[in-house]
Amino acid sequence: MELISPTEFAKEKVEAVQDYAVLAGRSVSNLFRHPRYFGDILQQADLIGVGSLPIVILAGLSIGAELALNSAATLEKFGSLSLIGQLVSVGMVTELGPIITGLMVAGRNASGIASEIGSMVVTEQIDAMRALGTDPMKKLVAPRVVSTVFMLFFLTIIADLLGLIGGGIIARLIFGIDSRQYWSSAWQALAFRDVFTGLLKPLFFGFIIATVGCYYGMSTRGGTQGVGKSTTQAMVASSVLILIVNFFITKLMMAILGAH
Amino acid sequence: MAAPPTVIEQPIPTPQKPGSPVIAFENVSLAFENKTVLDGISFQLPAGESKAIFGVAGSGKSTLLKLAMGLIKPDSGSIYVLGNDVTQMSEEELFELRRKVGMVFQESALFDSMTVRENVAFRLMEEHSIPEEEIEKRVREALSFVELEHTVDLFPSELSGGMRRRVAIARATVTRPEILLYDSPTGGLDPVTSTTIIELIVKQRDVYKTSSLMVTHRLQDAFTMATHYFDRKTNHMERMPQGMQCELPMNFLILRDSKVIFDGSLLDLQETKDEYIREYIS
Repeated sequence: MELISPTEFAKEKVEAVQDYAVLAGRSVSNLFRHPRYFGDILQQADLIGVGSLPIVILAGLSIGAELALNSAATLEKFGSLSLIGQLVSVGMVTELGPIITGLMVAGRNASGIASEIGSMVVTEQIDAMRALGTDPMKKLVAPRVVSTVFMLFFLTIIADLLGLIGGGIIARLIFGIDSRQYWSSAWQALAFRDVFTGLLKPLFFGFIIATVGCYYGMSTRGGTQGVGKSTTQAMVASSVLILIVNFFITKLMMAILGAH
Repeated sequence: MAAPPTVIEQPIPTPQKPGSPVIAFENVSLAFENKTVLDGISFQLPAGESKAIFGVAGSGKSTLLKLAMGLIKPDSGSIYVLGNDVTQMSEEELFELRRKVGMVFQESALFDSMTVRENVAFRLMEEHSIPEEEIEKRVREALSFVELEHTVDLFPSELSGGMRRRVAIARATVTRPEILLYDSPTGGLDPVTSTTIIELIVKQRDVYKTSSLMVTHRLQDAFTMATHYFDRKTNHMERMPQGMQCELPMNFLILRDSKVIFDGSLLDLQETKDEYIREYIS
């Protein structure tokens, strides 16, 4: 393995952050410039959104059910088993729904975007696109960003709902809690700040997934091995960024809208 | 002896004045990671002419084409394409200019998720103002030029290497560009397919009067271009009679050690005293 000096390493990292910032900035500014690729946006929405639906449904149901199952034991000790709906709803809507959906979609799509664009880079298709007078940032990056942000928002709502349903099934079947009581508790526990925070996060996560995927795809070097490397890096980087950004959004929203 | 060629019956006029340079490199230098690739390169491509670029692998031939297209920027020097200094242009401005220049990439670089029709129509569809029927007509024309009309609904992966190159030529020529850049258009192809590709390039040169730069490893391809013309009557490439070959708009450029060591006609090349070039072409 080739060793590089700390200065070179730092320079590389700063340059990478700079390149990512430029790509992310251009992906936003291109939304207000012609041409707009509505066909590509719809195609990507189908690939990213509809394609991710099964895994999001499964994850939402499973996480909601496990949340209910694990928290029930603690709640029972305090004789507060009836609060299970409240716990599941707040947990799913503010934290677990957006995080799980974000990570699932990152695993599936950040890597998918990176490998698709990376393959186009190493086979000179991106150069060919530029040579044909088309800006790949507009044609490839902008539609992926729009679609991912838009679809992740709705996928998160679906995951939240499925999580609540999963928790409700466990509460009813294992702990014998009345369904009406569960849903009433779950509904009443949700405040504006919970819903707002929970729905704000997927907008950021979607942006991270698409831009990180596109960045690693566009910066792919070194043939098929490079494509594999970009794919892995995109998945890891987007997941880590989602976890970090999630913390800061939660903290910021607590400061602005107040904590529970 | 063959009759003197009537190369073109109805030439399609080019906006550039014949003889005026459509591409001009002025003292262009470029290095990648401290390795000099091009060092003070200067040459011109006059309107309507073709120039074959030779050099050993890694001598910067393909880089020259990418520089002319503005896909990469030189460290120093100026590159004029149709009168515009591409080294000073923004990416947005370059997109406009690139619509007048076609490029055929080394490995074709067809969009693998699109059909042949979509690949060839790509540039027309990006105009967002051309009616569907017009696009279809021009795609058919371009594919008919390369004799691949029957492949419209196929994907690039379903085509042979030679067919992919021909589709790449159709994609590059569908908007009738003023300049064409060919990056090893016959690389890795068998001799018969290579001749078919060269015939298409000669046809493009002689029928549409398109100026072109062609990077190649195959000397025989460039010599064929320098000794043959496209006869529209027979719809085939024919050998130019001896003594008239100098009339063909074809020149040669040879790179060595990051510099231009030869820039001239077939006759100049045959009469050169340079030992390296003589060995190279022998």
